[in-house]
Formats: sequence, structure tokens, C-alpha cells
Amino acid sequence: MAEIPDITIEVTNLRKSYGPLSAVNDISFKVRRGEIIGLLGPNGAGKSTTMRILTGYLPATSGSVRICGLPVASQPEETKRFVGYMPENNPLPEDMRVSEYLWFRGRLKEMPRAKLRSRIDEVLELCDLKRNRHRIIGRLSKGNKQRVGIAEAILSEPAVIIMDEPTIGLDPHQIIIVRDLIASLRGRMSVIISSHILPEIEATCDRVLIINSGRIVAEGSPTELRHEIFGHTSYRMEFAGDATALAGHLAAIEATLKPVSIGEPDPDGFQVATLMTNSAPDLGEALLTGLPTNGYRIRSLGRTQPSLEDVFLAATRRSWDARLPDKKPLQGDNRAPLPKA
Amino acid sequence: MRHYFTILSQEIRALLFSPITYVTAVLFLLVMGGIFTVILDDYSKQAQEVSPAVNFFASFWIPVFFMVPLLTMKTFAEERRMGTLETLLTSPVSTGEVVLGKFSAAYLFYLLLWGATASFHYILHVYAKDIRFLDSGPLLGGYLFVAVSGLLFVSIGVLASALTRSYEVAAILTFTILFTLIFGFRFLGQTNAMNTEFLHPFKSTVEALQIFNHVEDFAHGVVDTRQMFFYVTGSVLTLIFSVLAVEYKTLNS
Repeated sequence: MAEIPDITIEVTNLRKSYGPLSAVNDISFKVRRGEIIGLLGPNGAGKSTTMRILTGYLPATSGSVRICGLPVASQPEETKRFVGYMPENNPLPEDMRVSEYLWFRGRLKEMPRAKLRSRIDEVLELCDLKRNRHRIIGRLSKGNKQRVGIAEAILSEPAVIIMDEPTIGLDPHQIIIVRDLIASLRGRMSVIISSHILPEIEATCDRVLIINSGRIVAEGSPTELRHEIFGHTSYRMEFAGDATALAGHLAAIEATLKPVSIGEPDPDGFQVATLMTNSAPDLGEALLTGLPTNGYRIRSLGRTQPSLEDVFLAATRRSWDARLPDKKPLQGDNRAPLPKA
Repeated sequence: MRHYFTILSQEIRALLFSPITYVTAVLFLLVMGGIFTVILDDYSKQAQEVSPAVNFFASFWIPVFFMVPLLTMKTFAEERRMGTLETLLTSPVSTGEVVLGKFSAAYLFYLLLWGATASFHYILHVYAKDIRFLDSGPLLGGYLFVAVSGLLFVSIGVLASALTRSYEVAAILTFTILFTLIFGFRFLGQTNAMNTEFLHPFKSTVEALQIFNHVEDFAHGVVDTRQMFFYVTGSVLTLIFSVLAVEYKTLNS
């Protein structure tokens, strides 16, 4: 197998339409070796379609996909060797035994017999399936089936692993196991997983692509996304002191810092205030040292993180708003235009 | 073609583990045994012109109608329904290899089941102790016909299965196509309309497509290359259509 390049997946201006319905609308992104990417989007956003095009199962309407430098459209047989794919709902033959199935798949993926035998042991160990290796797949629990699907995807040590909703329908305990399994692949293989379960993606992925209506509406690490979408940071503070003069003192600390809401004082005289700022650096220390000199007493101070859930909702809503006047994205810009807040 | 044997062995395994295969085998041997007994019964009552093998192979259509749909209906319909076709086609195999592998497995079973009927003739030979009953010419010709025509029949089943995700539909479709092929042309050849001036050019074509005439020729030891050519090219064409059907259906999935 050829040397794996630094960029394992390169998608440019990918479009896919089913008749008048466009499922994927001008998506471009790159995945580096060893990165774990999360595709996030509501149902019907085009996640599965994008993944199917990456695997060569579906042809794209236009645009190009390169896996390890090779175009999927003209050399599907070569690119399929680089990809381990677990489709949505993880279809498995019900009547085969786990080890038989892995053997069959390994042979199809052109693994030599001698290597395959030891690799199956390794994969079963990795996915914690050793005890179930001789069991019939149809009789396994859902979590175990899911692990068989993952074992199959990583079997031939492909450069790219694509998993469509790997944790769907699992209980929290199984989700953690699957998540750890995916995290253990970091650095060795490029992994793309799709999900609409946000904590999932947040816990495992280095980078998140939020897709809505076939477009990438936001892209970046979870932290970057929070800042990009909201553009402000908020703090929650419990203080005692003159609430009316607070705004002035806060502006002295940082120009854009202002109280958004101030609650009623409790019996001890402490009030809860929510503060908001446009500045990215942490203002915690400045607040803790600055306010007491002005006669305020502070009981607690915390920076409130918008969850990825908020980011997701904001991003998908934003793209929905942006789509209403049906603006075309600018050349080379695959994001929907940002409405000015 | 490096994946052909992997897929073939997988398909044979799937057939061996499927209860439908055993139902088919039992039903087939029961029906064929019954037919053979009836034929022998006739022979015991009065002298006949041809050897029992000729009459035996003339009833080839009875098992074909239920056996081919039962053996082939699951090939693609099941994979499509389960979704495993997606994993299969995203591994580095070509659709041609998949179609050929599945076809070969079903065809091998078809041959195997027909092969089992050879024991009927052997048993007859052992018990009757009469060399005339083991007439090698009609037997060889008959089994050759079964082998060659089976190519076309089984590939029709594979095509029908590739067209749908439900195997009930696949089975009924296979039966319909086989029925049209075997009885439709016979019926067409017997209609008076074929004797009109206008349809005269088609008359010889329809004559040549009479599968009942083929089996009679083969069973009498006449091996016509034109008939062989018909079955072989017919099955190749059907398999090509199956590849196209599988690819077309995934394009629009």
C-alpha cells in the first residue's frame, strides 16, 4: 500500500442532488491524518449522503473527493482499499458467527490469510469481543453488534474510517465504551463520525463540521465554534454591594463588559449577576481583584460555557435564517453568510 | 476476479445455512421421485417407444418453476433488505464479481440437486438388472440439457432478485419470467396467427425458442450448438443486466 499522505480526505465543492432536491450543496473540507472529525447536523442534513459519496457507494453530482490523493470517482477500487466504512444502522449478516464474518470481510479487503488471523484476534481484543467471537451475530446485544461493526471497519487498518452514527441506540455505558474505542484510533487513522448527539462529538472529535441542509454552516474545534457562533463570553457572579453602580465599575475593567441581568438579593445580601463581554481572554482575575477595591464582596465567580448544543442550535438556526432570502454563498466560501447580530 | 472465490464460498455457506435450501432440496427430490415412479408405472403397464430417461427429462419444467425461485430469490433481495449490500459494495470488489459469485453458488446447488436424481436411474438399474434401463445416451444428453439450460434459468432468478428488495416479489418475478419463457413460446408457436404471411419471418425464431423441443433433442442425444449458444449467451446477457440492475438501484438509493 502506498505511503499515506498528510491530507487523507479532500472534498472540494461536493454537490449531490436527487432530482430537484439537493442533498449536499457545495461542501468542501479537508481531513488530516490522524484527525477525528465529527459531522453534526439534524436529520436529513446530508451527513449520510456525504459519507456514502466518500466511500464511493454513491456518485456525486459534481465536485471532487480525493481519498489519500486518489479521486474516488475515477479510481473507486483503489480508494475503497483505504476506507473502512460502517453504514448507518450497522447492517450485519444475522446468521454468521463474529469471527466468520470478520474473516470474510478481511478476505474481501484483500488481507493475506496469515496476517488476517492475528489481526482478527487483535481487533476482537480491541473491541472487547473475545468472549463473543463464536457467537452468532443475530443473537448479540445491540452494543456488541455495534462493536462488531467497528471491528469490521478497523479490520484492515485503513487510513480513513467512516462511521455513520456509531453510537445510535446504545445505552450510556456502551456509548462510553464505543467513544473510548474511537478515541483510541486518534493519531493513527483519520476518523469521520456523524451524529446528532452532541456530547458524543464534543467528547471525541478534534474538529466538528456542522452541516445543515447540505451545507457546512460552521467548522472548527468545539471551543472555536463556541466563540465563533456566540462571539461573547458570559460570567456568573454572586456579589454583595451597590448594584446600580456595578455597570460603571465593570466598564472600567473591560470596555465591553456589562451586566445582563442582576437578580434579587438573598437574605445574606448577595445578588446573582450575569455578565457578558466580547473579549476572548479570561477576565476572572481582573474581576476578582478589581471589584473588591470598589467595595464589592464576591462570593462566587464562574465562566459559563455555552454547550455544543447551544452552538449547534444557533448554527443551524443561523443557516436557516440565512437561507430564507436564498443568498448564494460567495465564491470559495462554503458557509452560509452570517447575519449581522 | 480475486474476490470471486471469497464471495462464492460465502454464498455457498449462506445457502447451506439457510432452511430454504433444504426445503427446496426435499421438495425437489420428492417431486422428481414421484414423477419417476409414475413414469416407471407406465412402463410396467405397456411397452413404450422411448427410454424412461426421455420422459423423465421432458418434465424438467415442474421442478424448475419452484426450485429456481427458491434458490435465487434471496441472493440480492436479502442483502438489499438487510443493508449488507452497502458494506459489500464499499469493499474493494466489483459488482460483476458479486453477481458472478452469487450466480455460481446458486447454479452449483441447482446442479447438485439435479445430480442427486442420477441415483434414481442407478437404483432402477440395480433392481431391474436390465441394461436397457440405464441408457447412457438420453441420460448424458438430458443432464447436459439440465446443465446448459440451468445457466439461463438461474441467471433469470438472480436478475429478478437484483431488481427488488423483497424476496417474495423476486420469487414471483422469476416464476413469471420462466413461465413465459417455457410455456409462452410454446403457446405462441401453436397459435394460428403464427401461420399468417405477415408473421412468417418470426415463425422460425419462435420454433427455435421452443424449450420443449430442445429437451427432446438433447434427450435423444442430438446436441445442437445453436441451442447451446442460446442458453449461454442468454445467461451472459441476463447476468450483465443483473450487474446493471444492482448498480442502477444503488445509484438511486
